[in-house]
Amino acid sequence: MAKILVVTSGKGGVGKTTTSAAIGTGLALRGHKTAIVDFDVGLRNLDLIMGCERRVVYDFINVINGDATLTQALIKDKRLENLYVLAASQTRDKDALNIEGVEKVINELKENFEYVICDSPAGIEKGAHLAMYFADEAIVVTNPEVSSVRDSDRMLGLLASKSRRAENGEEPIKEHLLLTRYNPERVTKGEMLGVEDVEEILSIRLLGVIPESQAVLKASNQGIPVILDEQSDAGQAYSDAVDRLLGKEIAHRFLDVKKPGFLQRLFGGRE
Amino acid sequence: MSQADLLDQEPVFQLKGSMLAITILELVQNDLERLDRQLAAKVEQAPAFFSNTPLVLALEKLPENGAGLDLAELVALCRKHGLRTLALRASQPQLIEAAGRFDLPVLPPSGARERSLDPAAKPAPAAKPTEPEHRPSRVVTTPIRGGQQVYAQGGDLIVMAAVSPGAELLADGHIHVYGPLRGRALAGIKGNPNARIFCQQLAAEMVSIAGSYKVAEDLRREPLWGKAVQIGLSGDVLNITRL
Repeated sequence: MAKILVVTSGKGGVGKTTTSAAIGTGLALRGHKTAIVDFDVGLRNLDLIMGCERRVVYDFINVINGDATLTQALIKDKRLENLYVLAASQTRDKDALNIEGVEKVINELKENFEYVICDSPAGIEKGAHLAMYFADEAIVVTNPEVSSVRDSDRMLGLLASKSRRAENGEEPIKEHLLLTRYNPERVTKGEMLGVEDVEEILSIRLLGVIPESQAVLKASNQGIPVILDEQSDAGQAYSDAVDRLLGKEIAHRFLDVKKPGFLQRLFGGRE
Repeated sequence: MSQADLLDQEPVFQLKGSMLAITILELVQNDLERLDRQLAAKVEQAPAFFSNTPLVLALEKLPENGAGLDLAELVALCRKHGLRTLALRASQPQLIEAAGRFDLPVLPPSGARERSLDPAAKPAPAAKPTEPEHRPSRVVTTPIRGGQQVYAQGGDLIVMAAVSPGAELLADGHIHVYGPLRGRALAGIKGNPNARIFCQQLAAEMVSIAGSYKVAEDLRREPLWGKAVQIGLSGDVLNITRL
């Protein structure tokens, strides 16, 4: 049975789309047939991060309205066999989404894929609500700062009360916390919330900590999901998160300040 | 046009619609003697209520639709007790005809909601005072997130998890939080000054008991901020004490 995963946060700019692209690609890399769906109608970004923006013909709204079939609209990734992207419409807004249409598309995706990743827009309105409504699991992306934590908390409340599982009284959505843009140095200085602080406030299971990294911006601009950059700390951290999502027990990395090496201290080199 | 003509055209009346609350006497038995006695007893309870009170007589609930009822006597009886009959509600032809003779309008049977009206508060049943009803406490085991509101009506609220900033707990009774309390907690919201708030870690945005409150700015100055405390009301001052 396919799993519907929503990547959500409440707050904008915390890394939902980067995470959707990385986690989706990671699952496909491990042999699971995965589709990533962009719910951010009107502010389409996922195709850019995935590097398939030049191949978008039909989008999510076209499928909902019956203008195109799902097979026509799904964009196959050029790097990975098992990876597909369903782009959002750039010319419409969130009102073009409706619950029946989304359900129809999700059900059709469930028949053909092992994982469906729903990339939620920011906010708690219609787009975000529909992105999480049919979810089985949720990855709540949070930055280590108070406003992001508060918005994530609000989103967790909605996941627990406004999803299909909640409304039908079924087993609740499984919630995972993904802390992104983490900078251990600034945590030590007291400028940023630490992992423990965020975990304590949100009290959900920690899926991973993605360190703040130059690699993320570079990857976004090149249209390559950062998880494919195996040299980068962010890529490795996302890799660990995917393994944890699949049930492996892996210790968290990148939580402590890197001690500069002997030569670095000597020559004051920068990484 | 002369002055008189103009005056003549000036309207002398207006038609208006209005809703009035009217007492309806619904007769269920054709027994005027008993009615007389029972009405007299009612009048004794509340004489002011029965002085020239407009009344509609409802007769459609009578057995056989009220056939054989002496309408003249009924109206006179009501008059005697201070009730002045305005109209009749009946479906039986004889009664409708009788109403015509008394020049009483006949109203259609009512489908509208009516509530029974008691002129005087019933003397409290002399029997034993009723036991206060036990309302079960509301128990919540999952975290309460910002934006969520939980209300324990008529009882206590017990939360077995964290309460996030922006969440709101309401209870008519006590509030217990077995986790950090970071949101708002309002106990005794119907005005019960004996309600209390108990929590494992006081980090609340606001606490209130029966309307007396303290916000985070004041709470943070408390030496017990962050500790396990109970909060109670004495007079109109919130007392925070260590648990």
